[in-house]
Amino acid sequence: METVLQTDQATKAFEGFVAINNVSIDLKKGEKHAIIGPNGAGKTTLFNLITGHLSLDSGSVSFEGKDITGTAPHRIVKLGLARSFQRINIYPRMTVFENVQVALIARDGRSFHLFTLGHSLNREESAELLELVGLSDEAEEMAGELAYGKQKQLELAISLASNPRVLLLDEPTAGMSPAETVEAIKLIEEITEARGLALLFTEHDMGVVFGISDRISVLHHGELIFSGPPDHVREDPEVRRVYLGQSHGAA
Amino acid sequence: MQTGYKTTFWISCAIVLLLLLVPTLGSKYLIDLTTEILIYALFALSLNVLIGYSGNISFGHAAYFAIGGYSCAILLTTYELPLIISMPAAIILSGLAAAFVGYFCVKLTDIYFAMLTLAFGMLVWAVAFKWRAVTGGDDGFVGVNVPAFIDNRYGFFYFTLFVVTVSAALLWLICHSAFGRTLVAVRENRVRAGFVGVNTTRLRHTAFVVAGTFAGIAGSLFAMYNRGVYVESAFWTESGQVLIMALLGGLYSFFGPALGAAVLYTLQVGINQYTEYWPVVLGIILLIILMFLPDGIIGLAQKLRSQFSRKA
Repeated sequence: METVLQTDQATKAFEGFVAINNVSIDLKKGEKHAIIGPNGAGKTTLFNLITGHLSLDSGSVSFEGKDITGTAPHRIVKLGLARSFQRINIYPRMTVFENVQVALIARDGRSFHLFTLGHSLNREESAELLELVGLSDEAEEMAGELAYGKQKQLELAISLASNPRVLLLDEPTAGMSPAETVEAIKLIEEITEARGLALLFTEHDMGVVFGISDRISVLHHGELIFSGPPDHVREDPEVRRVYLGQSHGAA
Repeated sequence: MQTGYKTTFWISCAIVLLLLLVPTLGSKYLIDLTTEILIYALFALSLNVLIGYSGNISFGHAAYFAIGGYSCAILLTTYELPLIISMPAAIILSGLAAAFVGYFCVKLTDIYFAMLTLAFGMLVWAVAFKWRAVTGGDDGFVGVNVPAFIDNRYGFFYFTLFVVTVSAALLWLICHSAFGRTLVAVRENRVRAGFVGVNTTRLRHTAFVVAGTFAGIAGSLFAMYNRGVYVESAFWTESGQVLIMALLGGLYSFFGPALGAAVLYTLQVGINQYTEYWPVVLGIILLIILMFLPDGIIGLAQKLRSQFSRKA
């Protein structure tokens, strides 16, 4: 299988505290790869390093064979790598429709068109994306007024607008009710299948993790202690010791 | 065209038509007041690109107003260049100054951004104050050469109305363009906008330049209107006043700041006739906006309308 995304000995410290230590992970084409670990293990930091929001102290990140270490976030998105966020990250005082439309305007490189009316741009495609995530009825509502689960769906639509080949999802079901979680995961699975996306995600719900991943990597104190298929992770003694054996007895 | 845009277009046409009729009312005082309001309205609209649309608060916007004013005055008078060269050159100079200052400011955000705009604003004021040979220092730059066709009250009024209308139309287009829409997204969530592929720093810089350029237009009109430029134009209280105008009208609507300029300036002129305590009134107005009218007059009107239509 072709590798689409790779970190090579990625390391990042904050004022002496090593948040990510020598982490080398990869993501294959079409793969669903979960990154788990206790709170503070460095999952979100790793995402921020991959997407260019933080800069690496050492090591490198490559996307589809191209070194993207030190590349600005907005350029990385244009290469085909999109992310969604743990906390809701939308534009609250714009309509749901405009939230998606702006992402399409950016994808088409029109963000600096000062004299092209924005209203009529990418209307059909915006509507299609909203239909895909099930938000057609809410298109004209203010995004900030949507229910929590729907804001997460909108986030997904915004991420998909850049036509990514790789999607990074940081806790896609955080804060959702069990019913919303089931719906959200179904949606994510459908979309990644339909679009042939590779998925790198973090998740605290072990049911979700073991339910959809092809591979699981475990971070602990910023170090990668395991990476392999879901049925092996439960048997790994190190993982059991530091993680699964703790409060997450369910796994 | 979208129906909302059509309504805006026809209302704007009606307002411009009414303004065209102002000189026929025969009051010189009213013509002067309207001219001044038009200039301040453009100044406030230009600031709102930065504040309302991109969400960056500037305490130094008067700098570009003053640079436009001084440049236009100096080119017309000291260098005796024709208006057709002086005014565009003054506008370009304001834009270049904004490009330079903006380059540093957009590296920062929030209060740090605001404070840096203030710092640059005070620098411009200090230069205007000390560079006597060119600006006239605290005596001001007086006796601006104005071409004959606008060297009378009526000519200048129509000229101002024309320039302000064209400028406002351009600003409207920019605020409703693909760029303007992206600017709102950056205001709402800068980090997210970066992650959909927007170079947010460059976008904010462009907004800064647009705002500065149009402030320069207002500034050059003001210099010609007064036949002079005074160092107070660059002082930070001017920046504060135009900020209050924008707030009073409403930051989240395109025309709000122009309305705010009209209301605030009329009040100022009116109240100055009776008392010298205008700053007290200004303080009270600002208090009322902040406590009761967070979205300005336009915001209040929208709220009242939606309440009224709910009852009906």
